[in-house]
Amino acid sequence: MAGCAKRCKQGLVKFVLSLHKLITGTLKKDKIDDDFEMSIVCHRPEGLDKLEAQSNFSKRELQVLYRGFKNECPSGVVNEDTFKQIYAQFFPHGDASSYAHYLFDAFDSAHSGSIKFEDFVMALSILLRGSVREKLMWTFNLYDINRDGYINKEEMTDIVRAIYDMMGKYTYPALKTDTPKQHVDAFFQKMDKNRDGVVTLDEFILSCQEDENIMRSLQLFENVI
Amino acid sequence: MAAGVATWMPFARAAAVGWLPLAQKTMPKPPVDKKSRSDEILFVNVSGLRFQTWKNTLDRYPDTLLGSSEKEFFYNEETQEYFFDRDPEMFRHILNFFRTGKLHYPRHECIQAFEEELAFYGIIPEIIGDCCMEEYRDRKKENQERLAEDTEAENAGDAPLPPDATLRERLWRAFENPHTSTMALVFYYVTGFFIAVSVIANVVETVPCRPIKGSIKDLPCGEKFSVAFSCLDTACVLIFSFEYLMRLYAAPSRCDFARSVMSVIDVVAILPFYIGLVMPENEEVSGAFVTLRVFRVFRIFKFSRHSQGLRILGCTLQACASELGFLLFSLTMAVIIFATVMFYAEKGTKGTTFSSIPASFWYTIVTMTTLGLLITAIHYQLLIQLLMSLYFHLQYLFMWGHVGLSDLLSCCVPQDGDGDSTPLCVKNRSAFEHQHHHLLHCLEKTTNHEFTDEVTYSEVCVTDSVGFRTSRSTSLSSQQGATTTCCSRRAKRRAFRLANSTVSVSRGSVQELDTLHVTKTPAGTQYPQSRSSLNARTENLKLNCDDYTAAIISIPTPPANTPDESLPNSPAIPGILRNSRSSTFNTQETVKISSL
Repeated sequence: MAGCAKRCKQGLVKFVLSLHKLITGTLKKDKIDDDFEMSIVCHRPEGLDKLEAQSNFSKRELQVLYRGFKNECPSGVVNEDTFKQIYAQFFPHGDASSYAHYLFDAFDSAHSGSIKFEDFVMALSILLRGSVREKLMWTFNLYDINRDGYINKEEMTDIVRAIYDMMGKYTYPALKTDTPKQHVDAFFQKMDKNRDGVVTLDEFILSCQEDENIMRSLQLFENVI
Repeated sequence: MAAGVATWMPFARAAAVGWLPLAQKTMPKPPVDKKSRSDEILFVNVSGLRFQTWKNTLDRYPDTLLGSSEKEFFYNEETQEYFFDRDPEMFRHILNFFRTGKLHYPRHECIQAFEEELAFYGIIPEIIGDCCMEEYRDRKKENQERLAEDTEAENAGDAPLPPDATLRERLWRAFENPHTSTMALVFYYVTGFFIAVSVIANVVETVPCRPIKGSIKDLPCGEKFSVAFSCLDTACVLIFSFEYLMRLYAAPSRCDFARSVMSVIDVVAILPFYIGLVMPENEEVSGAFVTLRVFRVFRIFKFSRHSQGLRILGCTLQACASELGFLLFSLTMAVIIFATVMFYAEKGTKGTTFSSIPASFWYTIVTMTTLGLLITAIHYQLLIQLLMSLYFHLQYLFMWGHVGLSDLLSCCVPQDGDGDSTPLCVKNRSAFEHQHHHLLHCLEKTTNHEFTDEVTYSEVCVTDSVGFRTSRSTSLSSQQGATTTCCSRRAKRRAFRLANSTVSVSRGSVQELDTLHVTKTPAGTQYPQSRSSLNARTENLKLNCDDYTAAIISIPTPPANTPDESLPNSPAIPGILRNSRSSTFNTQETVKISSL
């Protein structure tokens, strides 16, 4: 019986709307519909064979990846908001949006504002199946926010702060305000060989290769798929 | 976590590569995936109807029967399929939930059957999509109301009163269920008779009777036989008052009774008489008094106690009150529109009855009602609903024989939906959860901070000045080489809070586990409890660690070399902790892993 009330109310609303449409003319309705249709972009990826050739995945793996991707994003593209939402679900404790933003920029190599399946696959291919050098290059690209070939302290601080944001407020030991800064200083201490205040790609790769921990952990995610 | 997110796990883990150069500590080892990761098609046979789906589809929701290892119980080796002896039609909806992520409620299905299926497959009904949630809630409410009526009918009913029932209880029983005793039945019929008499008297006293001798004008009977009629009226009112007072006395809850609809009707029926008694014989006031007598007609509503159909009608009207309201509103709108039109149409004409808009109201109403077309159209749905509900209610009544009078009166009471439904999902440490926790752990290692909850955070803020914890952690990492484990530290904290022997034992075993090289999933999988709800689930912690007791027993225990700082020296920890320490392994002898 409560459904009656809702239906009556809906009926009244619809009546008023149709009255409004009557007054304002029906053309506007069609226009809105047209706009709506235009906004649904459907992107189809390149052929499976081509993707297999370009990436380090097998056909089966690509199939699995695409099925999941298509199920989540039937339109075939991921925009930044969706990306942030997805990433936030993995890190519910803190705020993952800033790091997700940097990640998005790193994934969206063409800077088109949305990630297509090919971008997704290429990035995963590098991160999971790429050589050490490729992985480090990708990471350098992530840290180098303005893509000028150098990582300066501000960029690094932004990244580190974004990572610490993901931890959230309740951590042990408690996060202090200068923890990110200390972290950045330690990073630059290690990476910036010539002490010029910026880290270049070569310095970065060299320093990482010297660090056994980093080298070992790079092999960690090889079997993700 | 939303199931669709499982698809993005590879991406999230891959993105963790971005943290690696920043990490100040070694990353934990990833969870080992025993099975091959290639996707396969599963066959699910539900009572003969064969469904096929990707394994990944089912894995999306690891908390359900189909997504967890629970489905292995239903696996048929011979036919290589999962067999469920359930409704195949319903299964379609369940499977669609896995495929699309949205659960839809099929309108034609019985709601209880649907809920049972959901409970079997471990899906909570709360996740029904918005498109079907309204319908589901309505049906559920209806169902519950019906069930409540059912139980009330059982409880209220005709069970014989305990022998030591007071007079009051007996009286109330007699009033509510008249057929329990002869006296009650007699009283029931007598009151019914007097209601009828009263109503008929009200009607008859306005009928013109033959005039008294010597007069020409026709008198209404009421004035001719005024004495007789007033005696009758007094007698009826006395009986009604007596009945009302008796009910009021017998009612178990007088306040509730006084507020109930029937008692209000009773009061309204007898009030005019009493007001008339106290009213002075005043000219101005007697006009108002006459109006009050109109309320005597409300006595007819007293028949609702005697007629179940009337009560059902009342209930239905009440249920459809908003529709009725809307109906009245739309009627009023139409009346005003047409009255205005008529008024202005006839404005110029002389001698018209439409002297003003309100004057044209009456004409409009009459015309509309006599024509009746508009009204029937709007009434249609309302009428149908009324008739349907009447039919179902009466059928229900007749099918179940007797029905307590009280339950019909309460049929309009809205039942609060049972908000909490026990989530019958199976909590399972799925591969997905392992990976997720590994990911979170990597983040912890990168930032060199641990996740904790609000309570512990505030605790730590208080005890931070003590500093013994941090010193302990550094000493451990430097001396043993094995990183301190979140699990052990958290368990220590828990022991700090609980000082419970079971916890201390499990804490000890947890520490051992971390130093063992186990191929099974590490004890760190206790994270979901520890991260999300740190009200220590001691039983869970203990349970998980029990799996490893066998492993511990089989390995010879070397003499303990662990330094004293490995245990908190706080006096709050019971002495039993120190005993368990003796069985802690020497880390240098075992394979060093970055423990979780």
